[in-house]
Amino acid sequence: MSSQAATPANPAPRAAQRPVHIEVRDLTMAFGDFVLMRDLNFAVRHGEIFIVMGGSGCGKSTLLRHLIGLIEPAAGAVYYDGQNFTAADIEDREAMLRRFGVLYQGGALWSSMTLAENVGLPLGEFTDLAPGEIRQIAALKLALVGLRGFEDYYPNQISGGMQKRAGLARAIALDPAVLFLDEPSAGLDPVTSRLLDELILELRDSLGATIVVVTHELPSIFTIGDNSIFLDAETRTLGALGNPRDLRDHSDNPRVRQFLTRGASLLESAPKNG
Amino acid sequence: MIAPASSAPSVAVERDNSGAAVVRIGGDWRLRHGMPATAPVERAIEAAGARAIRLEAAVGRWDSSLVSFVLHLEEYCGAHQIAIERGALPDGLVRMIALAQAVPEKRDARAADSRSALLDRVGAAVLEKFAGFGDFMEFLGEASIALGRMCVGRARFRRSDLLEAIQDCGANALGIVTLISYLVGVILAFMGAIQLQQFGAAIYVADLVAIGMVREMGAMMTGIIMSGRTGAAFAARLGTMKVTQEIDALATMGIPPMEFLTAPRIVALVLMMPLLCLYADLVGILGGATVGFTMLNLSLNTYLRESSAAILTATLIGGLVKSVVYGVLIALAGCYEGFRCGNSSSAVGDAATRAVVESIVAIVVACGVFAVLFHILNI
Repeated sequence: MSSQAATPANPAPRAAQRPVHIEVRDLTMAFGDFVLMRDLNFAVRHGEIFIVMGGSGCGKSTLLRHLIGLIEPAAGAVYYDGQNFTAADIEDREAMLRRFGVLYQGGALWSSMTLAENVGLPLGEFTDLAPGEIRQIAALKLALVGLRGFEDYYPNQISGGMQKRAGLARAIALDPAVLFLDEPSAGLDPVTSRLLDELILELRDSLGATIVVVTHELPSIFTIGDNSIFLDAETRTLGALGNPRDLRDHSDNPRVRQFLTRGASLLESAPKNG
Repeated sequence: MIAPASSAPSVAVERDNSGAAVVRIGGDWRLRHGMPATAPVERAIEAAGARAIRLEAAVGRWDSSLVSFVLHLEEYCGAHQIAIERGALPDGLVRMIALAQAVPEKRDARAADSRSALLDRVGAAVLEKFAGFGDFMEFLGEASIALGRMCVGRARFRRSDLLEAIQDCGANALGIVTLISYLVGVILAFMGAIQLQQFGAAIYVADLVAIGMVREMGAMMTGIIMSGRTGAAFAARLGTMKVTQEIDALATMGIPPMEFLTAPRIVALVLMMPLLCLYADLVGILGGATVGFTMLNLSLNTYLRESSAAILTATLIGGLVKSVVYGVLIALAGCYEGFRCGNSSSAVGDAATRAVVESIVAIVVACGVFAVLFHILNI
């Protein structure tokens, strides 16, 4: 069964030999006295598509916000290429942030700017490109996500799926080393969501970026995930770590198997249906 | 299907021949027609002294009112250790109940009891205010740093955003400022005219209006207009950006939101406030002149000469300084409330409201401080 893990959908070699890119050490996430998740330890390797999964409200998006520094951890730290991101001073942190691309749940496009301006803003801020060149690159990034010709549209003039793709174009504007995607396919129809998965695989293969995806869409998880972490809302800590297909077939944690089989394993193990 | 005539829902508690209590449910159960209270049924069960009951439902049409009733009854029985047996119940009802009970109740999920002692609540509110003050100080510090970086040309912001903010705080506000300050000038002149005419000193209406507008009313009215217009807009705009994660998107891109969003807005308002104030002073004096010309038979020439003689340079500058300070207060309140806005649409509304209230309070307080200060400085 483990041979199933290396399916044709994942042409990239298993990245076990590649160096570690993101390392999370003893991370505890808390809001005041309320501990959401404790003692998370995991590592993401270069060029890996890493899935953060778990039931609704278990802290997937919160973990992502910790990884990109929007929330400070209650304890523990996040390292990028061995450099401590959590304890970095403002200058270092900004330099590290510039290597990130983030796609937010709702796209989070700046509503007062056109799509080209949205994608072009980071280029204008962090490169010495001329305005014409910026526009050209913005148009390219939009074309990559299938939005050729939409440069001068405002975010409120396009559909939700297009906003997500435009958000992705903005996230890859600076050719980031790490791409964070928060629920990329939530609210999209199956076909669009499939196309988005292919786009994510394509981006990983062409840009060589490490991609962290927060999602609970099973088809996406199995299609794109090289490695994954399951946040267990019951025990409030890491439930499982590994390739999602392996976890589905071999995990010792019943809640992980339940999640990855849409509860089918729950029904199998239940005496009534057994 | 023939719809039978609707009958009222009914519940009866009786004993069957084996001695167990039976709850018989009948009639049509429709939410629209109300549902029977559970309390009398519970009392009847208690009066029967039964340790076990059986539910029998021979109902017509039913909807969630019946499900809710039965669930409630089962909970009551569960709490009082009364065994409950389901007799003939509609299939759908059984399935609905199973669905409702599928996930056990999460005990700690309910909101904590919010009733607490008066002193507790007062204390909590005071502590919250203090915490809010600390937050504001932090915001003020960050905003100052952002402005400092802007002054030395190191801030990240878009020139077009600054120009847009200037247009919005300046040119776009001219209409309402014209209307309000003209009316304020007219009102001041009217009030003065009635009194001053009694002494035959009608000409001093010009002095009254000029000094009143330039010293206090010009800056104050502009400030109040701008806090309702621009301060609220700042808070709502930034609050919405927070809700839609646009601010997060800036922050993770390495663009400090303080520099990108706050600094241009503060600068725009601070640049435009004195100009608007000067304009309001002028329009207010013209409003007074209208009254002088039509009611008091003063020539326009005389009125304006008297006005200009009344305005000292120090008064004029004092008024403009006030308007700059009001501008800072409005921009700070608007941006601060926008940034600390919660994550929902109602939070955006609250942020806008608080921005307006806080900036108006701040303006009036500042006005008082200025009055004392100018008195001491003999301006």
